[in-house]
Amino acid sequence: MSRLTAQNQEVAAEIISRYPRAKSALIPLLHLAQEQDGYVADDAMEHLAELVGVTPAEVLGTCSFYEMFVRHPVGKYKIDICTNISCQLVGGEELLHHAEETLGIRAGGTTDDGLFTIEDVECIAACTEGPCLQVNYRYEYRLSNSDFDNMIEGLRDGSRDDVPPHGTLGLTRQHIPQDHLAGIGSPETTPMPAWFESRQPEPEAEGA
Amino acid sequence: MPTNAYVPHAQGYVDNEGPKVVSSRFIHDDSHTLERALATDAYEGMKIALGMAPHEVAALVKDAVLLGRGGAGFPAGIKWGFMPPVWPRYLVVNGDESEPGTYKDRLLMENDPHQLIAGCVITCYALGLNQCFLYVRGEMALAQERIAVALNEAYEAGLVGKNINGTDVSIDVVLHWGAGAYIVGEETALIESLEGNRGMPRLKPPFFPAAKGLYMKPTIVNNVETLANLGWLLQNGPESYKTYGSETSPGTRMLAISGHVNRPGVYEVEQGKVTFRDLFYGDNYCQGIRDGNELKAFIPGGGSAPWFFPDQLDLPLEARPVGAAGSMLGSGAIVVMDDTTDAVKATLRLVRFYARESCGKCTPCREGTAWEEKVLQRILDGHGRPQDIDLLLEIGNNISPGPYPVASFDSQSLEAIPFPPKQTTICPLGPSSVAPITSAIRRFRHEFEEKIEAAVAARNAGDQDD
Repeated sequence: MSRLTAQNQEVAAEIISRYPRAKSALIPLLHLAQEQDGYVADDAMEHLAELVGVTPAEVLGTCSFYEMFVRHPVGKYKIDICTNISCQLVGGEELLHHAEETLGIRAGGTTDDGLFTIEDVECIAACTEGPCLQVNYRYEYRLSNSDFDNMIEGLRDGSRDDVPPHGTLGLTRQHIPQDHLAGIGSPETTPMPAWFESRQPEPEAEGA
Repeated sequence: MPTNAYVPHAQGYVDNEGPKVVSSRFIHDDSHTLERALATDAYEGMKIALGMAPHEVAALVKDAVLLGRGGAGFPAGIKWGFMPPVWPRYLVVNGDESEPGTYKDRLLMENDPHQLIAGCVITCYALGLNQCFLYVRGEMALAQERIAVALNEAYEAGLVGKNINGTDVSIDVVLHWGAGAYIVGEETALIESLEGNRGMPRLKPPFFPAAKGLYMKPTIVNNVETLANLGWLLQNGPESYKTYGSETSPGTRMLAISGHVNRPGVYEVEQGKVTFRDLFYGDNYCQGIRDGNELKAFIPGGGSAPWFFPDQLDLPLEARPVGAAGSMLGSGAIVVMDDTTDAVKATLRLVRFYARESCGKCTPCREGTAWEEKVLQRILDGHGRPQDIDLLLEIGNNISPGPYPVASFDSQSLEAIPFPPKQTTICPLGPSSVAPITSAIRRFRHEFEEKIEAAVAARNAGDQDD
């Protein structure tokens, strides 16, 4: 769809300013693009390439490596069901099958109304609380089939309003006020900090 | 008083009996706030450190034998000493927790971000560097949010940033987040990812991060839990720290015990003081195997670790004896399987993980893990071939050469898994896929054979029908 909006360009500039090299900001910037459009659009990748000074192909190279980035529209709610070992032992695969049957799609697919996408994902770090899943990266723990059905119902009728649209991660961003910033230096020229130099141990006296 | 029960706001965490070093604030439902952090001295250790000389802080951490909690268990103080006198240098905090079965770092980041920030500042101060990147796994939205809020509060309060706590020391801590790739937990891949690239590991040597890391400058990569220990350590001193745990593995560890136990959860446990048996059956911990079933096998240190069996129940939870027995405590993830578990199915699921997460840089891993998955899948689906078991071992042998006899760990066959694994690859991801295969085949070979024999019989019957 689109390049970054003017407002998001400001956010992007602030993110870039925190890194000694602009390309380091690429993954957070791809998340920003995904938050804006719900997926990473080709135009957005070209825009990011301009912002960090690399080619669009390099942006695509990074983007395509990471599982969280989708380069096509997905459902409003992306449901990532864990089937890795800890969840498998307590019914993760059965939960995935139930989800597939309930929504009438296979893992990787999206419902016709554009509301739900299901993914069969690897360990999402809630291993003692299985079977578990994430809806747009918000956890649901120890789900029975009826828990899953209730969750779908709540998302459908809007009573579950605690899940932001796909692409949104943390609701607060880091912000460093200029007067509190220690200072981001270049990897080529930044010397040993003065505070460290002044606290070095006295060199031992010769012959000691 | 510990409640010996789940703590509702830190889902999965059990407030069990025992000393608490890193999870002491989890009992408070506002443990992530600056207010609670200040009321419980989360930044005291940092202030003490800033009053010492940097080399004294480094010496203190070395003296405490603070072992890395990410998986390899290397002493942090010694790792720090590997940096050549070159500037700038960087600290990268590894919060890309994705090892199957592991989730201690997520709880530490969500429930006590200030403790972690103080640990970052202490490390930066000891090593004389002024920029730290806190790399949080992409999927952990709440952890990112809690750390962002905590950093914003800490910057405003002058606890990080310019002139920390009124001194001339200035250190920036930058929140960075990933986008879903297990391999990025490997330190050189983490650095590649932080440079904005595909997260593929670098060859060591020459790219040992301590010498040539981020932007080819000296870089220390430490695990979240490792740094979370530092505030307590500075505040209470190495002697108090060493009163917990064992002589070679002081302190505590956050362990996640998942699978077929009655009370799965994350427990802070003194190293070396309890055995796996205590952990699985003790009232203070997991309270037994579910439904009174028998224990079949357990993974002592995350999906990459060779499996243990009931014979190993009495080993203490300490790196050295677990290592001598042929496996590892790794990232503190223990997965328990009872006797209803299908060994082939469990093996396939673990191997599929490595096949999906292989970055594709090294041929033995890229091709081998996918091949292993394919063979295991056909055995499970009832299409196995008689030669498949040998084929699996041969593919494994090409990724992680072996097997070699390991004398101390065996009751069923003379050959065991080489551990730590030998590798024909740059990083240990590919070799990790071999551990579940060799573990399961050694102990549960008959389950593989039964499935294959049934498949052969079905095919023969089919032939006769034609």
